[in-house]
Amino acid sequence: MQSFDLGKEGLRALNSSLHALKGQTNMTAWEVINPKGAHAIAAGVDAPVDITVRGSTGYYCAGMNKQATIRIKGSAGPGVAENMMSGTVIIDGDASQYAGATGRGGLLVIKGNASSRCGISMKGIDIVVHGNIGHMSAFMAQSGNLVVLGNAGEALGDSLYEARLFVRGTVKSLGADCIEKEMRDEHYAILEELLRRGEADHKAKPEEFRRYGSARKLYNFNIDNASSY
Amino acid sequence: MCGIVGLFLKDPKLEPKLGAMLTDMLITMTDRGPDSAGIAIYGGAKDGLGKITIQSAHPEKDFKDLDGDLHDAIGQPVAMLVKSTHAVLEVPLAQMEAARSALAHLRPAVKVMSAGDSIEIFKEVGLPKDVAARFDVAKMKGTHGIGHTRMATESAVTTMGAHPFSTGTDQCLVHNGSLSNHNGVRRELKRLGMTFETENDTEVGAAFISHKLQTGETLGNALEATLTDLDGFFTFVVGTKNGFGVVRDPIACKPAVMAETDQYVAFGSEYRALVNLPGIEDARVWEPEPATVYFWER
Repeated sequence: MQSFDLGKEGLRALNSSLHALKGQTNMTAWEVINPKGAHAIAAGVDAPVDITVRGSTGYYCAGMNKQATIRIKGSAGPGVAENMMSGTVIIDGDASQYAGATGRGGLLVIKGNASSRCGISMKGIDIVVHGNIGHMSAFMAQSGNLVVLGNAGEALGDSLYEARLFVRGTVKSLGADCIEKEMRDEHYAILEELLRRGEADHKAKPEEFRRYGSARKLYNFNIDNASSY
Repeated sequence: MCGIVGLFLKDPKLEPKLGAMLTDMLITMTDRGPDSAGIAIYGGAKDGLGKITIQSAHPEKDFKDLDGDLHDAIGQPVAMLVKSTHAVLEVPLAQMEAARSALAHLRPAVKVMSAGDSIEIFKEVGLPKDVAARFDVAKMKGTHGIGHTRMATESAVTTMGAHPFSTGTDQCLVHNGSLSNHNGVRRELKRLGMTFETENDTEVGAAFISHKLQTGETLGNALEATLTDLDGFFTFVVGTKNGFGVVRDPIACKPAVMAETDQYVAFGSEYRALVNLPGIEDARVWEPEPATVYFWER
C-alpha cells in the first residue's frame, strides 16, 4: 500500500507519481490522505491500480480515468470522473454538479445523491446513483446507462441521443424529446448487472425501475420540418 | 468565478474567533478571484450606538480630525477607529442620519461602506490575505460574517466594485455570478428611490433585496423574489443584523457548499473553504438546492 499525504506532499507530486505508473505496475494499492477538497485528485490515471481517497474532494477528481479503481471516502466536488474512459469510480457520499460528464466508458457509482447535470453528454459511461439526481441530468447524453435508485430532477434527458436512463423513483419533468419507454428483457439484464456492479443490488430490484430514452424526433432530420431549417 | 465564504455562529464561544475563521476561509478561496476582496462582520451592537464604516482614497487627509468635525456638526461625541483606508465611526443611533449628512458635506470624497447597529464592511482591491491583513480582520469578533474574493466580469476592478455591497442598514450581499437584467432593474429601483454608487450588477441585487426589506417583506420573501425578478447567474449570500441567507438561481451553475453543526452554519463556494472549521468531520454538509431559499435568524 502506497500512502500519500496530500497535505504534506502536494497535488503535483501525487498526480505525477500516479501518471508515472503508465499501464503496468506492481504498486497497485494507493491511499490518499488529507484531500481536504483539493482539485484534480488522481486525474488522468492510466493504470490498473486501486486508489482510495480518505475524505472529500474538490473539482475534477478522477477526471479522464483509465483502468483505475478510485474510491472516494467522502463527497466529490464538481466534475468528478469527467470524461472517464474506463475503470471504476465509487463515491461513498454525494457528488456535485456534472458528475461523469462526457464519460466515454467505465463505471461511476455515487452512493449518496448527485446534483445537477449528472451524466451530461455521457458517451458510453455507466453511472449508478443510489440517491437522487438534480436537474438537467443526462442532457444530450449519447450512449451508456444512467441508473438512479431515487428521484430525478427537472428536465431529465433533454435533447437525448441514445443513452438509456433508468429511474426507480419519480421524475420531476422530462426534457425535450425524452420519453418513457417499455422495459424489455434486455433492459432487466442490463439493470441487474449494473445494480450488482454498482453495489446496489441489496437496495433495489430491476423490476422497480422505469426506462426513459430519446423519442428521436429532435436529432433526426424530419422532412416535414424542412421549411423550418 | 468569485469565491464566497460565510459563517453564522450559534455558539457564543466561537464569537471571539469569527474574524480569524472567516479570514482563513477566504484566503483558501483566493484562486477563485484575485481582483479584490472584502468582508462584512456583524460585531454585536452597543447600546444606543451605531456604526458607520467609511472609506477614502486619501485617508490621511480625509480622516484627519474627522471625529472632532463630526462632533461639532451633530453636537454629540463621535468615536473613530481608523484602519488603513477605512474608518469605523461610532455615533449615537439617533444621530446616524445627521452624521451621514454631515459627512457628505464635510468630506465629500469619503464613501460609506456600511451603516447600522453592528455591521462593519472592509473591502479593497487586492488578494484576500493582503486585504484581511490591512484591516486586521483576523482579530475581529462577531456573531456572523460574510467574505468575498472577486474575479470581475461585469464592471471595473475598484474598491467600490468589490463585495460585500451594503444598500440598507445592517444589510449586505455578496454574489458569485452575473446578472443580465441589472440595468432594467436598476432603473426601476431608482424610480422607487434607491440610490446606487456603481454600475455593478451585484449592487442591483443588493438594492433589490434592501428595497423588499424596506417595504416590510421578510428576508425569506425578499430572497424568494430574486428568483422571479432577477435574470442571470447567481449564488447570493446575504447578511442582516440578525440573519444570514443563501439563494441560488434555478440553473445553479455557481457552486455552493454548506455545513451545519450545533456551533455554526457555514457557507463556502467550495468544500475546501470549510475543511478547517471545528467539527467539520461530523457536520451535516450539503449543496444548497437550486431556486431554494435558506436563511437563519437568531
